[in-house]
Amino acid sequence: MRYYDKLIFELSHPGRTGYSLPDGFEGSEASKTVSLTLDPTADAVPPLTLPRVAWVLEASLPSNLLRESKLDLPEVSEVDVVRHYTNLSQMNFGVDTGFYPLGSCTMKYNPKINEEIASHPLFAGLHPLQPAETVKGAQAVIDGLDAALAAITGMKHFTFLPCAGAHGELTGLMLMREYHMARGDSARTKVIVPDSAHGTNPASAAVCGLEIVEVKSGADGLVDVESLKPLLGPDIAGIMMTNPNTLGLFERQIGKIAKLVHDCGGLLYYDGANMNPLLGKVRPGDMGFDIMHLNLHKTFSTPHGGGGPGSGPVGVGERVLPYLREPRTSGFHGNFGVMLRAYAYILMLGKQNVKMAGPLATLSANYIKESLKDCYKLPIPTICKHEFVFDGLVNDGAREGKAGATTLDVAKRLLDYGFHAPTIYFPLLFHQALMIEPTETESLETLDEFIAVMKKIAAEAAEDPDILHGAPHNAPIGRPDETAAARNPILKA
Amino acid sequence: MGNFAYFPHTEDDIRVMLDRIGVRSLDDLYSDVPADFIYNKEYDLPDALSEQEVRNFFEELGKKNVQLKVFAGQGAYDHYVPAVIPYITSRSEFLTAYTPYQCEISQGTLRYIFEWQSMICRLTGMDVANASMYDGPSAAAEALRMAVSCTRKRNKVVVSTKLMQNVLDVVKSYLKYPDVEVVYAWDVLEELGPDVAGVIVPSICRHGIIQDLSGVADAVHAAGALLIEYCDPSALAVLKTPAEWGADIAVGDGQSLGIPLCYGGPYVGFLACKSEYMRKLPGRIVGQASDKDGKRCFVLTLQAREQHIRREKATSNICSNQSLMALWVTVYLSLMGPEGLRKVNELSFAGAHYLYDELLKTGCFEEAFPGRPFLKEFCLKPLVPVDVLQQKLLDAGFFGALELDGYVTFCVTERRSKAEIDALVAVIKEIAL
Amino acid sequence: MSKILEELLYSESHEWVKVDGNIAIIGVSDFAQEEMGDITYVDVPSEGDSVAKGEDFGALESVKASSELYAPVSGEVVAVNEELEDKPELINEDPYGAWIIKVNMSDASELDSLLSAAAYAEVAK
Repeated sequence: MRYYDKLIFELSHPGRTGYSLPDGFEGSEASKTVSLTLDPTADAVPPLTLPRVAWVLEASLPSNLLRESKLDLPEVSEVDVVRHYTNLSQMNFGVDTGFYPLGSCTMKYNPKINEEIASHPLFAGLHPLQPAETVKGAQAVIDGLDAALAAITGMKHFTFLPCAGAHGELTGLMLMREYHMARGDSARTKVIVPDSAHGTNPASAAVCGLEIVEVKSGADGLVDVESLKPLLGPDIAGIMMTNPNTLGLFERQIGKIAKLVHDCGGLLYYDGANMNPLLGKVRPGDMGFDIMHLNLHKTFSTPHGGGGPGSGPVGVGERVLPYLREPRTSGFHGNFGVMLRAYAYILMLGKQNVKMAGPLATLSANYIKESLKDCYKLPIPTICKHEFVFDGLVNDGAREGKAGATTLDVAKRLLDYGFHAPTIYFPLLFHQALMIEPTETESLETLDEFIAVMKKIAAEAAEDPDILHGAPHNAPIGRPDETAAARNPILKA
Repeated sequence: MGNFAYFPHTEDDIRVMLDRIGVRSLDDLYSDVPADFIYNKEYDLPDALSEQEVRNFFEELGKKNVQLKVFAGQGAYDHYVPAVIPYITSRSEFLTAYTPYQCEISQGTLRYIFEWQSMICRLTGMDVANASMYDGPSAAAEALRMAVSCTRKRNKVVVSTKLMQNVLDVVKSYLKYPDVEVVYAWDVLEELGPDVAGVIVPSICRHGIIQDLSGVADAVHAAGALLIEYCDPSALAVLKTPAEWGADIAVGDGQSLGIPLCYGGPYVGFLACKSEYMRKLPGRIVGQASDKDGKRCFVLTLQAREQHIRREKATSNICSNQSLMALWVTVYLSLMGPEGLRKVNELSFAGAHYLYDELLKTGCFEEAFPGRPFLKEFCLKPLVPVDVLQQKLLDAGFFGALELDGYVTFCVTERRSKAEIDALVAVIKEIAL
Repeated sequence: MSKILEELLYSESHEWVKVDGNIAIIGVSDFAQEEMGDITYVDVPSEGDSVAKGEDFGALESVKASSELYAPVSGEVVAVNEELEDKPELINEDPYGAWIIKVNMSDASELDSLLSAAAYAEVAK
């Protein structure tokens, strides 16, 4: 990676263009001329004649509706644009660059056949409002994906409107409310969430007008059923859980929890962010969940794109099925391009391969855990699923006059060795949390290389934590001053 | 075990790994799962396809779609997509990257988002824009929530029924459950009062008419509320900006900036505001910073607003953006520049007005809003049955004449040539005969 | 060991109170600013707003964290420290000098349930 310090605006050169558009209509009768000078004060610039454009926008529209200020967009050539963004890309790390052990993100390989399908010319030009008989192929994709996800999860049907996991959570909680409101049960305004839950859970609940009630985890890292019981009552809309939980542990008591929540009249919502180890092995519908979302950009291999677009389809069981079409959280049919990719992936997995997906992900996670537990603190030593949490270094090298190496330092040092860092400082239960999720698409060699580097970093910390404090040394930039950036925000050029 | 391209583990690899862990089989890794929950049956999925078979599968499905010349809009516009864009967005360092939390190795993503934020501000005239939203309609809903949050004690919002239907539907869903009172009105100024936090109006109404928003911002501000404008960012090359109209927040969908139709998604929403509301913005924001050697760099900033920190008190639950689509739009705007974007609008304007006049000449339509200005989308009153109209157009390969509030709506972009417009008109003339 | 001023009263959520007639001057303790790290923004109410004992009236933000501010007493906000808008770091530099809000108390007896410096020392460990 090479440091490249330009912004596209800095490449701008007045008069340069990078677009190619037709002049107007062939052979039209009108012959008005239009002046396309951008700077009205510039002299000696001849007006551009467009004899074929019959209706002149600026002359026809009332002037008080027109833009007053000059539009300051870059004036660059196509070459400038290509070079600039190519150079930007070379400062980025992607799954295609190297290993991304980010817990709860499931950074599995993004198959390239999916990309070909996503931009398929027979789907790319379809307008979302075209009548049904003209989009039978697109509808077949949606129906096929719906059936496949239902088969994999044990839910009945899915809505594909949500564009991301958090969006799916919001939609799912809306469904929870719809269900209760339809039964005339308006008192149910609270949702139970484990204290290990991801921040999107309480945030989504708040957006939906629901109050969060936290249930404590036991010493084993699982939801404490005895703590749950007193929370259940007629004001509970339901419980939001992920299983395995954010510590990578399977909530063994899910059957009991489901019964307790259903008995008190609530619903169970499954946060599908951690679905990967269950892919091919366990179905949330069978565990008693009534509503769930999936992250197609996690479990189903669609690329993360630097933060989106994703897709967070929401599936429901019988109880909630009548309300599925009620919440409209996006404008058309959802992120269809992402759905195409997920469907292609599932078709290649097929019934034969899906059964190995979860187990291989779980195998890889446990392998790393066992290999590193001597150098990193392992608060929960049991078998994990697709991910697990370390709580910092066993020996952080702290000594007289020198602070030890933190999880942040370990993360930054990993960048020097060509690996993306794991998820850090989440879950909040462990102060030096390092959450590692390898997924099933990494080879044993890659895992061994990662293990070797993590051991090396642990040794460096023990020897001299300053090696880590100054990291990364090999990236295009060093650590930024985020405090100054937040105190005096510069948010545009 | 089959030979699946995305599972690199061989039988030997698996054995090595099981030994290290100290279990005998993969099933042992799920020993803590109650046996009832282990799904032992065959999954009701098709047989695994090879890559070649996947290609054929989608080719066959694709043929079941009808490729039409698009003469409709309503939030999805068939604008020209420069050839360069997919080459850049499909670069794997952009495509397969995660959210730029580790900024030292994500400067590519962070820079283009900073450029996107800057361009949205320049288009709308606003001071701050976030890193993008899921789409225009959900951005509109979030803007209304933001207005409630900015005006601490007020709980009511006024939503113009001039907005497109899908925007209204999404706003309705989002605001159904939280403690916000929503009033829908054709004339929003009639609903102002001391409890109104925000008002949202479109810059171009659902019928395609360009709105004269003179006096609206003043009235809304005098009542102590915020003005949100829903706009088509492409049209902002030629039309008065939300800032020029006095709006406090601007939202819309960037699909009209070179994103293919793709049956409705992925598109990209934007949300921009005046600087005093910066800290109430939902979503991600990228800011400029310096590293320890003084190098200019970019970081996710103001994160304390966001869900992973603020949890239930977060400005929103939105965790991601539509990053790659923001890149798509940023590249589009860089290529088009101010001149190209203006030309897109001029050509669309010309085509739409040509079609409008020609359709009236067929005798099958009457003016719906005589004398009212429009850009690329318009409504007409049909004098022939709408289903006949639509079917004839479909049979000839055109998608247009969408029914809307008793009118029919058409849209023309720079992608439609005069020949295509003439062909569509010829089809309509056959009905008149 | 974080600094604790003898003459002030404290809440369990690390706010301090200086009483001036019927006005309660409120800030956060040294312990609080240490825990937060570099403060990047202070979210404050406006003059004329009312605050209720035990309820949040604002928040402190740092780069990676956010912490609610809880009102130790109820009343009307009569002053807000404008300096904190541009220089939130004043709280880090001088937590007992950089007051956040001044409240005209509606019920001075609420002060009785606040902690003395000695009692607070047990909390701020």
